[in-house]
Amino acid sequence: MSTTAAASVEEKKMRPPEGWREEVDASVRWPVIAFIASGTFWLIVGSVLALLASFKFNHPEWLVEQASLTFGRVRPAHLQTMIFGWVSMTGFGVLTWLWARLLKTKMRFGWLQLVSVAVWNVAMVIGTIALLAGFSRSIEWVEFPLFVYIIIIGAIAIAALPLFEMLRRRRVHHLYVSIWYIGAALLWGPFLLITFSLPIYEGVAHATANWWFAHNILGLWITPVGLAAAYYFIPKVIGRPIYSYHLSILGFWTLALFYNWAGLHHLVGGPAPQWGVTISIVFSVMMVIPVVVVALNHHMTAFGSLKAVLRSPTLRFIVFGAMSYTAVSLQGSFMSFRFWQEITHFTHHTVGHAHLGVYAFATMVLFGSIYYIMPRLTQWEWRSSRLINLHFWTTALGIGMYVVALTIGGILQGMTLLDTSATFMEAQFITEPWLYARSIGGTLMTVGHLIFGYLLYSIILKKGPELEGPVYFAPVLRSGASSSSAS
Amino acid sequence: MIRASVLFVGSLAAILMSFVALSVFPAVQLMEIEPTEGRIDYNFAESQGRQVYMREGCIYCHTQQVRPDGFGNDIGRGWGTRGSEPGDYVFDFPHLLGTMRTGPDLADIGQRQPSRDWHLSHFYNPRSVSEGSLMPSYPYLFEIKSEAEVLASDVVVNVPEAFAPDEGVIVAKEDVLNLYAYLMTLKQDPTN
Repeated sequence: MSTTAAASVEEKKMRPPEGWREEVDASVRWPVIAFIASGTFWLIVGSVLALLASFKFNHPEWLVEQASLTFGRVRPAHLQTMIFGWVSMTGFGVLTWLWARLLKTKMRFGWLQLVSVAVWNVAMVIGTIALLAGFSRSIEWVEFPLFVYIIIIGAIAIAALPLFEMLRRRRVHHLYVSIWYIGAALLWGPFLLITFSLPIYEGVAHATANWWFAHNILGLWITPVGLAAAYYFIPKVIGRPIYSYHLSILGFWTLALFYNWAGLHHLVGGPAPQWGVTISIVFSVMMVIPVVVVALNHHMTAFGSLKAVLRSPTLRFIVFGAMSYTAVSLQGSFMSFRFWQEITHFTHHTVGHAHLGVYAFATMVLFGSIYYIMPRLTQWEWRSSRLINLHFWTTALGIGMYVVALTIGGILQGMTLLDTSATFMEAQFITEPWLYARSIGGTLMTVGHLIFGYLLYSIILKKGPELEGPVYFAPVLRSGASSSSAS
Repeated sequence: MIRASVLFVGSLAAILMSFVALSVFPAVQLMEIEPTEGRIDYNFAESQGRQVYMREGCIYCHTQQVRPDGFGNDIGRGWGTRGSEPGDYVFDFPHLLGTMRTGPDLADIGQRQPSRDWHLSHFYNPRSVSEGSLMPSYPYLFEIKSEAEVLASDVVVNVPEAFAPDEGVIVAKEDVLNLYAYLMTLKQDPTN
């Protein structure tokens, strides 16, 4: 086709010089490391808060003397440090690296991102202390004081400036699918934070805005970065192109058009206008389209390269994440139905679902991305494949236990609440063994995070032995794979 | 895709539509709504108590919304007599509808359990009145005084022997009294 030919001519004209990868990586090195290291710090803080909250379910008399450690304060502090610290900051590091690699151009004004990291961290410290000190706004997903979000919006804007400059100076003709997701998320994230901060909601309308916002932070800020990384790393590490370009276009635009309508399914059966809830249920079900499309694209690319998935730390984490995305999204569509929500709404089932999304999908994809990115930024290898392996199995088994326990425990809780002959306390008692299992799963995940933190610390400071080549789980026998295609 | 402008304009347009439809439109629709009969704005102590409810994160285990007849078992549990309506919440910002029922719904707690003694004992240690409860104790909302220190204006909390401190008496701080005052505003059809 002539358009393809013209495009390839364009592509040739813009082709970057030899050695561009090293040049591009060097330009983003410190901002990306700073974002990833900060995010990992918040991951560990968030894990400690999570364990506190989880163990309090098992031992309600544990640590009740200190107001700052009461369940109702550590629980929002956990959520906020994980979402706006770990996922958002690490996500920003990963998206910056992807952006530079895919536009094949150096980052200028990288110091702006370092300023952003510093400002963002200060906001996180203030926000977390404020919650523990008793200054929660008590709005789920946005508990920090309002001015903390204003600072975070500013930090995102500052960090995005060099990215838009790079878009202008890009040395590619065609924008890869990961760029679409990241570019859109850079608009969606701040848009959500700004519009929900407007002083125009009260009463029930505040609840509808709250769930429009909260569901979209997951769908339009966290999910796009996870999908962008999966779209980049799966074909990259395996060494063959994505299954279908047309499916990737369809998947992106259907997500952009459907996802942002889905949030009000959180208000089924409540006082909110039911027309809004019904719209959200319809769009939740329509989300099956982008999900199946993306699933086909990711899984068909990985299909047949099972050995690569087993050998490469990056692929193992990312394929786990991509499969979780398919699972959590299909589950989410199903969970929006009224007959199912009658059981599962207001139970631990929803908490299990949230962790399947933010952890089994987004967090695992971020881990996998970091295993690929860091050796290229530091020119150093991960110190131990056994520790990476241990990180994978503790987190994979941990989140597996977590999700299974709360999914089943939540259904039992919901059925007992519906049972007219059961007392309310019976609905609580039936969850208790599952809440123990959740604590064990959470402990495993936290052990994994500490291992990951140690590995990250080692590679940034170039500790450990100097290795000849990339770290794999098993020896790679097939020769000919270029050194930049796997880690 | 080749042009970044298509991407940015397209994705902004997409989110703008749902923002207007699902955030702005309900706000406009509910702006002029009348409060449920008998419901009045919070007085000072009640709004202070609402702040305590927010600060201690009560929403993470308690909802304030009764499901309507035929959907769930809320009315059967005695949590209310009808489904909650927007008029029940006109004085609420932020909303405290909640999403979790580790503990029971509180939309009608002011009528279901009006006893101050019960609530204060429950806040001091939930297991003192509700065996096996998973709710945390809130000892920091109380102080332990010796008999001699107790003022005439103090509210002394009576808890069962097994939960009482070894020495002295339990006195409720202002925060927990305000919290109780707030809970007592949570009534469906307050004129009844």
